[in-house]
Amino acid sequence: MAVAGITFENVTKRYGAVVALDQFNLTVAPGEFMTFLGPSGSGKTTALNILAGFTGITEGDVRIGEKSVVQLPPEQRNVGMVFQSYSLFPHLTVFENVAFPLRLRGERGASLETKVRGALAMVHLEDFGKRMPNELSGGQRQRVAFARAVVFEPPVLLMDEPLGALDLKLREQMQLEIKRYHQQLGCTIIFVTHDQGEALTLSDRVAVMRDGKIAQVDTAQDIYDRPSTRYVAEFIGRTNLFEIEQGQGNGWSIAALGTQMAPLDGHGAAGRTLSVRPEKIRQIGQGDPDASIVFDARVTDVVFQGDHVQYQAVTSGGAPLTFQEHRGHGARLQQAGDALRLGFDVADAVPVQNQ
Amino acid sequence: MKRISLIWLLLPAVLLLAAFIVMPTFDLIRASIFDPDFTFKHFQRLVERGVYIDVMWRTVRVSLIVAVICTIVGYPVAMFINLQPKKRQVALLFLILIPMWMSVLIRTFAWIVVLGREGLINDLMIGLGMTDGPVQMLYTSGTVITAMVQIMLPIQIITCYSAMTEIDLDLMRAARVLGARRWQALTRVYLPLSYDGTLTGLVIVFMMSMGFFITPALLGGRQDMMIANLIEFQVQHLNWSFAAAIGIVLLVLTVSMILLLRWTGRFAFRRLLNVGR
Repeated sequence: MAVAGITFENVTKRYGAVVALDQFNLTVAPGEFMTFLGPSGSGKTTALNILAGFTGITEGDVRIGEKSVVQLPPEQRNVGMVFQSYSLFPHLTVFENVAFPLRLRGERGASLETKVRGALAMVHLEDFGKRMPNELSGGQRQRVAFARAVVFEPPVLLMDEPLGALDLKLREQMQLEIKRYHQQLGCTIIFVTHDQGEALTLSDRVAVMRDGKIAQVDTAQDIYDRPSTRYVAEFIGRTNLFEIEQGQGNGWSIAALGTQMAPLDGHGAAGRTLSVRPEKIRQIGQGDPDASIVFDARVTDVVFQGDHVQYQAVTSGGAPLTFQEHRGHGARLQQAGDALRLGFDVADAVPVQNQ
Repeated sequence: MKRISLIWLLLPAVLLLAAFIVMPTFDLIRASIFDPDFTFKHFQRLVERGVYIDVMWRTVRVSLIVAVICTIVGYPVAMFINLQPKKRQVALLFLILIPMWMSVLIRTFAWIVVLGREGLINDLMIGLGMTDGPVQMLYTSGTVITAMVQIMLPIQIITCYSAMTEIDLDLMRAARVLGARRWQALTRVYLPLSYDGTLTGLVIVFMMSMGFFITPALLGGRQDMMIANLIEFQVQHLNWSFAAAIGIVLLVLTVSMILLLRWTGRFAFRRLLNVGR
C-alpha cells in the first residue's frame, strides 16, 4: 500500500472572529501514528476535518504526500475515517457497509468479496457480514467502522475520538487492537482524542493542542518526561509545580521547599516553573541514597490505590504537594500527620515555561 | 404495573372508535345491501354504468397525481429545511404550517379569486397584453389538481421532514469521505433512510385526496366529479342506499390502493438499494 505523509503549512481557520486554527504547522511522517490531544475547542477536530475535506481553510496549505488537497472534495482525497459515533449506514448490512467504499471505486464481484472478507477477518468479524449494524454491540460496531475505513487501503487513516463511546475495559482492549492494525497496515494515522492515557499508549508522536495552536509535539515519553510548558505538564498526567526565583549568584531558589539549586540549563528562572512528577518524589530515610533536592513535609491525606499509594502533603514552606509510592517491597503506609523527609533528583525536575 | 391494567388506557379510544367508526361502517354496509330487502342492485349499477366507473377511475388517478406531485415538490423542500441550522428550521416549518391554519374551504375560495375570469392572473395577463380576453382556468382538471397539491403539500413536507430529522447527518460526511460524490451520498444514504417516511407521506396524501369534496366541487367542472361529490349528489336525491354503496366502494378502493402503494414502494426500495451493485 502506498503510504503518505501529511503537511500542515501555516494553516489558519477562522469562523468570523473566532480563530479555530492559528498558523498551524505540522509534518507527519509516512506511516507515523500521530495523536492530536487537547481539550474541546483546542482545534484538534478542526484540524482533522480540514484533512478530511469537511472544513475549508482560511489561509495556508495542506498536503497529503506531495499533493495539495485544499481544493479537493472529501471523496477525492482517498483517506479513511473512523467517526466517534461510528456512522455505520443503518440500512445496509455489515458486509455492505464495508463494501461501500469499494463499490464507489468500481470494485465488483470476487475481488470485492475477497477484500471485504479480508477486512472483516482482520477485525475478527468474519461471520457478521449478514448482520445489520443495530444488531451489533458497541465494540463490534467500532470494528466494522474500522474495517470500512481501511478496506480500500487508504494511505492515510483519520480517527475522531473513536473510543469515546466505549466503556473502560473495551477501550483498553481496542487500544491494543488499533496498535496491531497500525503495525499490520502501515498507513499514516491521525488520531484525535482528549484522553491523555489513550494518546500516550498509542502514538509515535503526540501533538498537544491549545487554542488552535500546538503547545508541544513530541514522542509520548518526551511529552511526559520533558514537558515544555506548564500547560502541557498539567494536561498530561499529574505534576507538582514549584515557583522558582533567581537566588544568590546564578542559582535558583525554591521558596516552597526552602532550598537552593544550581540552574538546570542556560536559561534564567524568570517566567519559569519547576515541574516534578509525583512518582519522582520519594522518602529519604536511613539507608536510602540521598537525593539532590531534599526537604521536609507533613502528610495530610493518604489515597490508597492498590498497587500504589498517593500521598498529599504540605512542605515546611507551606506548599501543597503530591507524591506517589509503589508498594513493591512491603513499604510501610504513612498516616496523615506523619512528618517525612522527601527528595527528588535534579534530573527528574523539569523547568517549564509559565504558559 | 401489570399488562392487564395497562389495557384500560385504551378504553376511551376503543369506545370512541366503536361508537363512531365501527358501528357506522356496519350501518353503511347494511344500508348498501338492504333496500329494503337484501339486494346487490346498487353495486351492480355502479359497475354497469360507465359514468360511475369514470368517476372512480378519475378519483384514483387525481389522488395519485396529487400524491406524486406533492412528493416530488415536497421532498426537496423537506430536505432543504432539514439541512438548515436548527433555529432556521423552526422558522421555516412555521411558514410551511401557516396555510394549514385556514380551512380548506377558504383556501379553495382563494383560488377562485386568483384564477377567476376577473381574477388576479387574468387581470395581469390582459393588462400585459398577453391575451385579448380572460382565459378559462376555473372548472378545469388542472386547476383542481393544482389546488389540491397546494392544500396537501404541507402535510407531505412535514411527514418527509420528520423522517429526515432521524437521519444522522454524519452519515453523509461518512459517505463523502469514503468516496461518494454529493449525489451518490444522496441516492445511497439520504434517500434510502428517508424513504419510509416519504412513502408514508405519499400514502397519507393519497388517502386524504381520495375523499376530497370541496375543492373539486368548487374549482372543477362537471367532468371533474370525484367519488365524494358523487356521494353528495346521491344523498341530495335521497338515494341513501346507492350513496352507501358508493361509500363502501370508496373505502375498499382506498384500502386496496394503499396496500398496492406500500407493496410497490417496498419493491422500489429494494431496487434503490441495488443501485451501484
